[in-house]
Amino acid sequence: MSPPADLQTITLPSGKQIQVHTHLFINNEFVPGTSGKTFETINPTNGKPIIAVQEATEADVDKAVAVATECFEKVWKKVAAAERGKLIFKLADLIERDAESLAILEALDNGKSYKIALEGDIVDSVGCYRYFAGWADKIHGKTIETTNDKLCYTRHEPVGVVGAIIPWNYPIMMSAWKLAPALACGNCIVLKTSEYTPLSALKFAELVKEAGFPPGVVNILSGYGSPTGAYLASHPGVSKLAFTGSTLTGRKILESSAKSNLKKIQLELGGKSANIVCADADLDEAVKWTTAGIFNNHGQSCNAGSRIYVHESLAHEFIERFKKEALAIKVGDPFHEETFQGPQISQVQFDKILGYIESGKKEGARVVTGGARWGTVGYFVQPTVFADCKDEMKIMQEEIFGPVVSIATFKTVEEAIERANGTSYGLAGGVFTKDLSTAIRVSNELKAGTVWVNCFDLFDQQSGFGKELGEYALHEYTQVKSVKIKIDP
Amino acid sequence: MRRTSAFPSMFPGHGTQLGQQVSDISHGVERLHEIAYQELIPLSSHPSCLPLSSTSPPPRASRSPVLNTGLFINNEFVAAKDGKTLDTVNPSNGKVIAKVSEAGPEDVDLAVHAAEKAYNDVWSKTSGKTRSRLMHKLADILESHAEELAQIETLDNGKGISFSRGFDVAELIQCFRYYAGWADKIHGKVIDTEGAFSFTRHEPIGVCGAIIPWNFPLLMLAWKIAPALATGNTVVLKTSELTPLSGLKFASLVAEAGFPPGVINIITGYGPRAGDALARHSKVGKIAFTGSTNVGRLVMKAAAESNLKKVTLELGGKSPNIIFDDADLDEAVKWAHHGIFFNHGQTCCAGSRVYVQEGVYDEFLKRFSKISRDTKIGDPFDEGNFQGPQVSETQYNRIMSYIEHGIKEGAKVATGGKRHGTEGYFIEPTVFTDVKEDMKIMQEEIFGPVVAVAKFKTLEEVIEKAHLTEYGLAAAVFTQNVTKALEVSALLKAGTVWVNCVNQLDYNTPFGGYRQSGFGRENGKYALDNYTQIKTVKVNLTRSTRST
Repeated sequence: MSPPADLQTITLPSGKQIQVHTHLFINNEFVPGTSGKTFETINPTNGKPIIAVQEATEADVDKAVAVATECFEKVWKKVAAAERGKLIFKLADLIERDAESLAILEALDNGKSYKIALEGDIVDSVGCYRYFAGWADKIHGKTIETTNDKLCYTRHEPVGVVGAIIPWNYPIMMSAWKLAPALACGNCIVLKTSEYTPLSALKFAELVKEAGFPPGVVNILSGYGSPTGAYLASHPGVSKLAFTGSTLTGRKILESSAKSNLKKIQLELGGKSANIVCADADLDEAVKWTTAGIFNNHGQSCNAGSRIYVHESLAHEFIERFKKEALAIKVGDPFHEETFQGPQISQVQFDKILGYIESGKKEGARVVTGGARWGTVGYFVQPTVFADCKDEMKIMQEEIFGPVVSIATFKTVEEAIERANGTSYGLAGGVFTKDLSTAIRVSNELKAGTVWVNCFDLFDQQSGFGKELGEYALHEYTQVKSVKIKIDP
Repeated sequence: MRRTSAFPSMFPGHGTQLGQQVSDISHGVERLHEIAYQELIPLSSHPSCLPLSSTSPPPRASRSPVLNTGLFINNEFVAAKDGKTLDTVNPSNGKVIAKVSEAGPEDVDLAVHAAEKAYNDVWSKTSGKTRSRLMHKLADILESHAEELAQIETLDNGKGISFSRGFDVAELIQCFRYYAGWADKIHGKVIDTEGAFSFTRHEPIGVCGAIIPWNFPLLMLAWKIAPALATGNTVVLKTSELTPLSGLKFASLVAEAGFPPGVINIITGYGPRAGDALARHSKVGKIAFTGSTNVGRLVMKAAAESNLKKVTLELGGKSPNIIFDDADLDEAVKWAHHGIFFNHGQTCCAGSRVYVQEGVYDEFLKRFSKISRDTKIGDPFDEGNFQGPQVSETQYNRIMSYIEHGIKEGAKVATGGKRHGTEGYFIEPTVFTDVKEDMKIMQEEIFGPVVAVAKFKTLEEVIEKAHLTEYGLAAAVFTQNVTKALEVSALLKAGTVWVNCVNQLDYNTPFGGYRQSGFGRENGKYALDNYTQIKTVKVNLTRSTRST
């Protein structure tokens, strides 16, 4: 039986049609999976299938890794750094050119607002590629003074074949965060997209080829975490694996590396990030940023500010204003201009979030607003605000990954810091205060990879987020070699 | 594709006018100051630019791009305040190519004020990301005009067209791309201090002045302007009166890239008038100079006598090229030839003193003299020629007088020593032997196709001889022995040491002088230091904070 055609047409609700590839992208070609298996990707707005795409299995991972390895050894590692930079720059230009198609696919497949995808996700991804394009020819080793009879220097070399497994919450942006630094440092990549959101990456794959990357530098596979992701993580030909997703899966990835070739692992996992609103905070600003902090992307952000500690002196006022903001959020069709919040990604996530809401109610938290499904079709959840939360409640400890925020009060800053640090996570945090000393003291004390002061959720390519982005990301995709040359006396 | 104004909303109040200014340049009011320079370029050398039919040549004047010869201030070409012009000469035949506006102190003042205003109003508020985009855009535009730029460079300077294309213009574009990448990667530090939160900001200086020489007009322009822009400065650059044309072509592309008026200003003039005014100007925060050691001293003096502006100097050299017995002789001969004769010896890092170990001296000299004698000299638009004319009559006379001096002081001419041809400023590749360290030709920078070859016995001896000049720009060593290569490179007092090669300049490795060859380093990340000043910010954290 011959596989279904690669290029297929999707008709949008507006009647507009868009063509997408559905095969696996290996060696700059779209090829069917070896097993012939396909899976359907679902439109979360209505729960209906959009299209079936080829599913990568173990044999396809083998193929992609083999191609990437050969490309690395024979072609890519000999390409001059400045040339790599130019290719990445070209890719950024092409993404910018095709921003609308990419944003449409992102909105359709993921459920996020088309406008936000276009002006946020895509713009930031373009910026990310441009930024790392500039690093390609600025990767510096060091010469190190040792003794006079030696010349010692370091080379920051690419690791070779990088595996990347990305989540469904920011498909294009998460691939940019992995691919841009990996390419700048001179690696080849095998990237697995999420089974929930394979489409935008298949459009992106076309641009990789058009930009002029040699075949095998970038390979993109659609597939499930198990078996495909797991197999990639345990593959002996992969020297480094970058993963963004849940803490649970992250743990498994680390185990597969330990059991296979001890590949370098980079994990960007879950969070239960706390926002601390001090008594002297600018209340308008604090409300604005903390609502965005949780409700951006429907709460489906690893850094979502899902716990808020507000000083008791302004708790009442804060919660009232927060409620007003939450009620004003426009929920609905992601293609509607006004929509801020679309559906959650899937039935599973939808059920999980509603389960957390139930548990919050049962454990005695007060529902300020929301607390139920929105509408009757698709996976929409009302923006939900809990108050009177206790630290030991499930909704204060576990990552909900939905539009649900838990608010608690505090008396002293020291207390707030201690409680903010009281979960197993440490991805991000926020503090709102007009006092510079408090701002710096709290940001020093918070056990988190990013701290926002009087803002939240602001990202720059330059500044680094955890270990991704910024100059720091280069360390993740290079390995350091020390060379020592003996100088005869 | 968005094609019109690249960044329509980036600079409120500026963006919309940019497109207009571009067309002003090509249809400008300054008709008198435009030249159809391609008429001066031999027909055979630009088929790619102007497709010509052998039977009926098209009217070239009407199709040739024109070059505005004014001063480029505030994204516009203007005449000098006093109306003065200077002649730029084609060194291949000694004839005038064009009259270009000559900047005087008043014009310098105008340009500096434009740069200052642009810095205060727009550029200091422009993000690194935007600066990066603009610089990339400029690099793309330069690339699309690469052939034109190369032809102008060859016409005005006399360097071989294949070098203009493959080196000068290619490196110009690469330099802008490279520093475009730095613009959003300028990092300060956070420093742990007791009781305070301390951090550093690497801030731009403001208005930077630049004075560049005539030997690599476009490349020297790139080395100054690209890092200055990346770090957030505005620039007033003075090109050499001998080679103003490629800078004018470059200027005509600045507005098209979308740079706000006043960010890049390019003027032509003489050192003692315009150069001195720039070096003395109280609103210029930094001056970068490339040229002779004598003039470098004057620039520094002007800074000392005015506002103590920061100075970086990239000056002369008398670079030694050391060839050991165990060198690969074929390679050594090839590189030694390139080391001195590249760009007709008009290179600050030229390997003008060649020291050869006694075991291979005779064989080296034989082969080196032959390859020098065989150097192809002539019309720089002929791709087969390696060497074109010297840049000017003054330089020509100066070089010939050094040759006379060498002979008078007792050095032997192994090959060359005379003028080449009868027209233009061509000089035969000249090799001296039997030289003494105190001869003028061993001490002073000749800046022409003249090299001295000397014999040495031991490593210690050659290191000592290498250091017998006041310079320290570059040096080269040829040996197959790693230990010797590393030992010599550590011992040499020079800003760049080449091992088994010469003249390898990369946009991402630093270049600059030891001793009286100057200070500051151009290229690479190091150049960012030349164009930034560091501010330490300390925030007191010790006062008791409210427990809120």
